Amino acid sequence: MGQSLTSLFIVIQVLKRLGIAFLTLIVVSFAVFFATDMLPGDVAQILLGQAATPEAVAGLREAMGLNEPALQRFFGWLTGLTHGDLGTSYANNMAVAELIDGRLKNSLKLAGVTTAVSVPLSLTLGIAAAMWRNSPFDRAVSIATISVISVPEFMVATLSVLIFAVWLDWLPALSFGADVSSFVDVLRAYAMPVITLSCVICAQMIRMTRAAVIETINTPYVEMALLKGASRWRMVLVHALPNALGPIANAIALSLSYLVGGVIIVETIFNYPGVAKLMVDAVATRDLPLIQSTAMIFCISYLSLITLADVIATLSNPRLR
Amino acid sequence: MKSVLSFFSAFSAPQNTGYSFNLVGRVGLVIILFWMTVAVFGTWLAPYPPGEIVDWDYLGPVTSKFWLGTDYLGRDMFSRILLGARYTVGIALAAVVLACSLGIVLGMIAAVVGGWFDIILSRLLDAFNGIPSLLFGLVVVAGVGSSIPVLILTLTAIYMPGSYRFARALAVNVNTMDFITVARVRGESTPYLIVREIFPNILGPVLADMGLRFVFIVLVLSGLSFLGLGVQPPNADWGALVRENIEGLSFGAPAVVFPSIAIASLTISVNMFIDNLPKKIRDRSE
Amino acid sequence: MSKQSHVSVKDLHVGAETDSGRSVEIIKGVSFDVPPGEIVSLIGESGSGKTTIALSLMGHTRTGCFISGGEIRVGDNDVTSMGERRLSTFRGTEVAYVPQSAAASFNPSKRIMDQVIEITVIHKLMSRSDAETKAVELFRSLGLPNPETIGTRYPHQVSGGQLQRLSAAMALIGDPELIIFDEPTTALDVTTQIEVLRAFKSVMAEKRISGVYVSHDLAVVAQVADRIVVLRDGEVQEQGKVDQILYTPTHQYTKDLLAAFEPVPHAALEIPGDAEKDPLLEVHNLYAGYGPMKDGEPVAKILKDVSFTLKRGRNLGVIGESGSGKSTLARAVAGILRPYKGYALFHGEELGAGVQNRTKKQLQKSQIVFQLADTALNPSHSIQSILARPLAFYHEMRGAQKEKRVIELLDMVHLPSSIRHRLPGELSGGQKQRINLARALAAEPELILCDEITSALDTVVAAAILDLLKELQHDLNLSYLFISHDLSTVEAICDDVLVMLKGEVVEALPANEMSRKAKHPYSRLLISSIPQLDTGWLERVDADPVFAEQMANR
Repeated sequence: MGQSLTSLFIVIQVLKRLGIAFLTLIVVSFAVFFATDMLPGDVAQILLGQAATPEAVAGLREAMGLNEPALQRFFGWLTGLTHGDLGTSYANNMAVAELIDGRLKNSLKLAGVTTAVSVPLSLTLGIAAAMWRNSPFDRAVSIATISVISVPEFMVATLSVLIFAVWLDWLPALSFGADVSSFVDVLRAYAMPVITLSCVICAQMIRMTRAAVIETINTPYVEMALLKGASRWRMVLVHALPNALGPIANAIALSLSYLVGGVIIVETIFNYPGVAKLMVDAVATRDLPLIQSTAMIFCISYLSLITLADVIATLSNPRLR
Repeated sequence: MKSVLSFFSAFSAPQNTGYSFNLVGRVGLVIILFWMTVAVFGTWLAPYPPGEIVDWDYLGPVTSKFWLGTDYLGRDMFSRILLGARYTVGIALAAVVLACSLGIVLGMIAAVVGGWFDIILSRLLDAFNGIPSLLFGLVVVAGVGSSIPVLILTLTAIYMPGSYRFARALAVNVNTMDFITVARVRGESTPYLIVREIFPNILGPVLADMGLRFVFIVLVLSGLSFLGLGVQPPNADWGALVRENIEGLSFGAPAVVFPSIAIASLTISVNMFIDNLPKKIRDRSE
Repeated sequence: MSKQSHVSVKDLHVGAETDSGRSVEIIKGVSFDVPPGEIVSLIGESGSGKTTIALSLMGHTRTGCFISGGEIRVGDNDVTSMGERRLSTFRGTEVAYVPQSAAASFNPSKRIMDQVIEITVIHKLMSRSDAETKAVELFRSLGLPNPETIGTRYPHQVSGGQLQRLSAAMALIGDPELIIFDEPTTALDVTTQIEVLRAFKSVMAEKRISGVYVSHDLAVVAQVADRIVVLRDGEVQEQGKVDQILYTPTHQYTKDLLAAFEPVPHAALEIPGDAEKDPLLEVHNLYAGYGPMKDGEPVAKILKDVSFTLKRGRNLGVIGESGSGKSTLARAVAGILRPYKGYALFHGEELGAGVQNRTKKQLQKSQIVFQLADTALNPSHSIQSILARPLAFYHEMRGAQKEKRVIELLDMVHLPSSIRHRLPGELSGGQKQRINLARALAAEPELILCDEITSALDTVVAAAILDLLKELQHDLNLSYLFISHDLSTVEAICDDVLVMLKGEVVEALPANEMSRKAKHPYSRLLISSIPQLDTGWLERVDADPVFAEQMANR
């Protein structure tokens, strides 16, 4: 009886989190729409340039539906989003959905490879650093991670380009520049962006993993295991890690949310044809429908990862059992 | 390493109680003060006017005439970096002071007063959780255009919710302590509780948080400028300097590297300073 | 049959690193022996170093500490010279540890059985099924309920007392020669303590295992130990056989400890004038609880129909175990918690439900002092400003007059006036509690609500606080509402006693009549459960049929 009550309680907590996430999404979409569509600056005027006549501007405004009340435009946009109609790009005169499609796949590929590389690496380094706390290895890891976290992503990018492309000449500086015929070429093309992104993500993940494992190692029950004669390996693997899984999963989800910001810089600097580069270009041309849609994609991904981290933290809370 | 640090702290900690401030922290503080000074007095310290083309050799190397090389137009990088400090440090400082003042005051009030004020404000500011910082900056600039006041306000808006959440959590913790109950039972008013009982106890952590937020803001501002959406030409903060000179990357020109190093020196030294803040040492053995 | 061993500690020195990086000695040359099959108790207040010594018998030191000298022998093993690998084979098989807080020492995500037999798994002592059988036998001999199935549960599913006995089983499974008990009954209620003590004692006697029992509670130690080592500030003050220490102590500190244990029974204050004046505080049919309101009543109802009267100059004690509602009562009277039914009168005038409904005079005349002085004093205010605030708030004192009064208050609680420039973090527990009292006195109250103010203090320090309370009452004509879980403390200071159980008052008697006239079964249980400073008490309690019946019902 008690078990099913706690399960029910857990389900309710998770649903609450999802509900809050959904509400946040509504607020966020409003913020995105407001920032791009409702703030001062006449879109039609900008698009037509200084030389346009007032009648031409007024005509364009009418055609674009900009004279309708703001809220109505907002809901129109929102319903469009849910139906997959993302509007038409101003600059390219194509359906936004088409534009985004291929690019989104590219960005997901980049994110996927980065995750596959950084998660195992970070977990190993983070757990090892925690096990041999205050050893030279741990200190070196700490200094490296703090340095990476403290500097801007473009610095990591420029440094890796300098090291790998300019000085060592192992990799091409820009990806997708030359032909990508062989597998090795693909690897070489992907390497720089993935290395840069991975550095940034790994730094976060290693720090958080290390902190989570240290916290479980410092508990009385792990000390008790030591007093029962357990070896260091047993203390960590049998006692500490199972209880640290929740916080570690939380750390992974949170760190991956940094991908959303990092990918913007990385795609720009390496000219990678992903959805982030699309958005940055759209901002330069004030291509509002494109900006709105791509911003929403990012916000949804970010929100999902944060909510996932939240839900994991809730589920792994031992007080719930 | 540890014995070196305790050696220095033994020097600076007289007898039982006193302040210990180790080497790492001191170095951090020196660098921070250096950049603050440059931010204020930069224009008088620069050897060349930052906007003037001084050499035909663009993206030139480090020489005794041009200490940090030249940029893509042939201007002196050293001078441009000195001037860039004014924008990077100035904008970030303004934003962090605004964000944290607002956040701390609202956070303390929410913690003590509770009720609807707390619930509504917290939920509202929590919604900001769903927008990554760089993205928010991007979107706002896309809508409004980029200028210094817009940058400051946007950065404030991004980082105020975090400061509010942190200050509120600290204040809620302090609020549960018995000495607050004692003051309440005495009949003290809410403003007294906030200002005299709670604030002194959260001041330390809140200042450290402000330092960290300063670092985040510098990074996001540099990122925005790097994308062309921050400080606009002819003015340039350090991120914009990297952007302008990015062509030099393929042959390792100093002009690309040094602005990044400037940013890194500022952010790392703030981190070093905060991690090694002067601590009042209480010798518990007595 | 377990082996016999002889434990000898010679001139042990343990150092520690302080905040500022200096090295300080916390154990300064301690020597004692544990004869085979005997239990030696290390007794002392917090900070005396008893846990440090106990842990060092296993070659373990807490972070920042290190063994700097001396020799420890357990049987044939020289513990001080063992390397880490040898130590890990030594721990669990030859020496075992029973921790202070069993609840914290069990891994919340593993089943109890897995953890109890873990020593056999680590050291490969026997097959799993053999280990489980042995564990069940141990459960049975420790008096645990459902010995066959209790191992399948998780730690949060069993009670504190049961967990403590389970941790004893966890220590015994490896058949060690020596078991170290680190204050295992401190966190338990008085009545649970008895079950646990009895279980330990019987198992140790049966297997003839040597033991080191760390405690600060002399009465508990009197029940289990054969020898006592009295510690203070990392040094041995006195050691010897139990009877010798308890009945013929030689060292002054030992005498002080014993004196703190035998409190002077309370003599009622003599009030000049007519005795039947207006009562100071009257509480009528008070109901209070926590949580959101439903139908006018809070979701969690704690106090039920509590009534009592307190006269000026007299003290009322309220005792009960955790969850009895005694703290809730103090909060309701102080105005922190609003009762949902019933009312209270102060000097005959209605006392408002919450702080907002009371007059400044009412707030001033009744003050509350809390248990944990750490959280009751604002760490960022100096003692001067802590004491000055109520003076300014209630009496509008300023400047020189205020400063003078602060020094007077410090004098009243026997603290030096130089202490007023310090911060609370620099004071000891006893000093902080005195400041707490001084702050209450600054308001010039008539009633002081003492919410377990001595429970977190060492016995000697607590006894000094009680003396101070009596002195202040005599000088200032105060009344106390004294909340505690310890009957002997209450008997030392109170005229009347209320016994609370599950939010209701089950007994109300003058203090000096409690032992004789208490009728309610719970009061009788409480009275009998308190360990006396008498080595034969546990056996007598066991033999008492009425008591046995009570315990069986729990």
